[in-house]
Amino acid sequence: MHKPRTLYEKLINSHTVCELDNKGHVLLYIDRQVLNEYTSPQAFSGLRDANRKLWRPNTSLAVVDHVNSTEPQRVSVGPEEGGALQVNYFAKNCEDFGIELFDILDSRQGIEHVVAPEQGFILPGMSVAAGDSHTTTYGALGAFGFGIGTSEIEHLLATQTLIYKKLKTMRVTVNGALGLSITSKDVVMELIRKIGAAGATGYAIEFCGSTIEAMSVEARMTICNMAVEAGARGAYMAPDDVVYNYLKDKPRAPKGELWEQALNKWQALYTDKDAVFDKEVTIDAASIEPMITWGTSPDQASVISGVVPNPRDDIDLAKRKSTTRALQYMGLQAGIPIKGISITHAFIGSCTNARIEDLRQVAEVVKGKKIAQGVRGMIVPGSSEVRAQAQVEGLADIFIDAGFEWRQSGCSMCLAMNDDVLSPGDRCASSTNRNFEGRQGAGVRTHLMSPAMVAAAAIKGHLCDVRDLGIN
Amino acid sequence: MDAFNIEAGKIAPFMAANIDTDVIMPKQFLKGIDRKGLDKGLFFDQRFLLSGEPNPEFVLNKPQWQGAKFLAVGPNFGCGSSREHAVWGLKQLGIRALIGTTFAGIFYDNCQRNGLLVIELDEKSMSELGDKVASGEINDIEIDLPNQNIKLPQNAKINFELDPMRKEALMQGLDAIGSTLQRAEAIKSFEKKHLLDNPWLA
Ligand code: SF4
Repeated sequence: MHKPRTLYEKLINSHTVCELDNKGHVLLYIDRQVLNEYTSPQAFSGLRDANRKLWRPNTSLAVVDHVNSTEPQRVSVGPEEGGALQVNYFAKNCEDFGIELFDILDSRQGIEHVVAPEQGFILPGMSVAAGDSHTTTYGALGAFGFGIGTSEIEHLLATQTLIYKKLKTMRVTVNGALGLSITSKDVVMELIRKIGAAGATGYAIEFCGSTIEAMSVEARMTICNMAVEAGARGAYMAPDDVVYNYLKDKPRAPKGELWEQALNKWQALYTDKDAVFDKEVTIDAASIEPMITWGTSPDQASVISGVVPNPRDDIDLAKRKSTTRALQYMGLQAGIPIKGISITHAFIGSCTNARIEDLRQVAEVVKGKKIAQGVRGMIVPGSSEVRAQAQVEGLADIFIDAGFEWRQSGCSMCLAMNDDVLSPGDRCASSTNRNFEGRQGAGVRTHLMSPAMVAAAAIKGHLCDVRDLGIN
Repeated sequence: MDAFNIEAGKIAPFMAANIDTDVIMPKQFLKGIDRKGLDKGLFFDQRFLLSGEPNPEFVLNKPQWQGAKFLAVGPNFGCGSSREHAVWGLKQLGIRALIGTTFAGIFYDNCQRNGLLVIELDEKSMSELGDKVASGEINDIEIDLPNQNIKLPQNAKINFELDPMRKEALMQGLDAIGSTLQRAEAIKSFEKKHLLDNPWLA
């Protein structure tokens, strides 16, 4: 009899070319990689300098997403010099090395982590690595995805492998029904608040429980995506019928006989009964409230009904210092209610929350309403396909009528590397994943929350509880 | 990659928790297609005033810590974005090692691949060291990688742990791709079987 194994062990073992030492280092075979224009250029230059070829070009998909403009009128290259340089070099690299590219004008373009699942490029049981930390997103499909730096991209392209150190395992079990208007974003934000921004450093997280099982693939992706904000270098869920139904008709999913064969193999992708995790965390779904960040780290978060914390209440000195610094940067006073803090901007976008399901939730909140005076609202769909779908469903009209800018797809103000940048002192309700200092522009104050909560804040002009708007 | 053996120099305190790679290397410096000029971008929003002048309050601008080769850092250093530009910038400014309690995974690997030594100490040793660096009691140290210790003034020493594989790569300044390609046959035979067992991955 085999020792009971976690799904993590199964995924890593089935991709291990060989062990490299007795400390857990292995040479890990990678099935797929996704490339973007900003973390890949130096990797290609390295390959060129050393005269190296790609090991298996057809395992890569290249997408332009970080630097492109999201102006409603699409142009092939953005207005910005640095971005244009990267977009052009990216195209040349894809051409020279034989990699398929979705460029800015491609109808399948979008944020890499939205595009790859949408195309069926990522399948259960795969190992996936990419030059972006949110590659953990693919765990929602039962794949194992993780982020790497540029030197590792070069290594991967040249060898199809990575030198990998096995992680510890953490199981997060979420059971019960979520309350009205509570989303998977609130679940993962509650986890990050609970375990801290480094709570899962060194771990891969397996998510399970009835709450997760009841979620759509899109909602699951939000969780795996943002698990990296707790430090996890991989977050995954056992695949099930929800995943198979999601994948079945996707353009690149296997078809016919091959699909049946794959489906058969995927049935073994679960954690054995009695397998042991290094750490266990449980969350009661019924206790989760709408979450919101008040600080500059994703774990500096609270329920919407809470107050801005007082640094004096932190017993830990280092924590007191970081709370003090965060409040100063955020321009917030200790003790004031979070509800009621005025905003200047509302941003709906990013690989965390700009899929079609997210946009439907936003439409439900803003339908027939107007965004508050003095607030600039932007909606940036996660992919060009999401954008097209939202137009077919009439969501775009709802957004435009409510006063939102309805833009093209890209990372946009999630990291503000293109021309979507805010000004010092702006305060933005944001459906993104990072509230770091300067993330949306130098001196900009970002509050993270679910898309429905951003929509509610846009309507009211201040942070508020979406449930107070009287929508189900 | 630069090899690391024994290095001596100044250590500066940078003890805030959760210093993310957006702070280490802000987005406006990510727009190149090479690795050049990133020393300018390092900690840019904190290191320089809006006028472009160096911020006299920033630790690496203070006379006693200018030209530091090592940083004593707070927990979860390097969290957030995978951008290796953060590590390139640290190296270009002359930083050779970071000493802290915990480092984010991708950042840690990026350091390793660029010959920037990352030393993880337990909380107690780190907070003692951090306090002494911040108070100026300790300003110069020597890091001895082969013997895995940090030499402090008055013959004091802190030992540290490191995976033998990582240590070896750092000391030799190895080209990881070259080493892995020596296993090309093993990769090929793994791949053949893997694709046979999972034909939809081909
Ligand atoms: S949307 Fe944001 S988090 Fe996601 S890939 Fe783009 S920049 Fe990174």
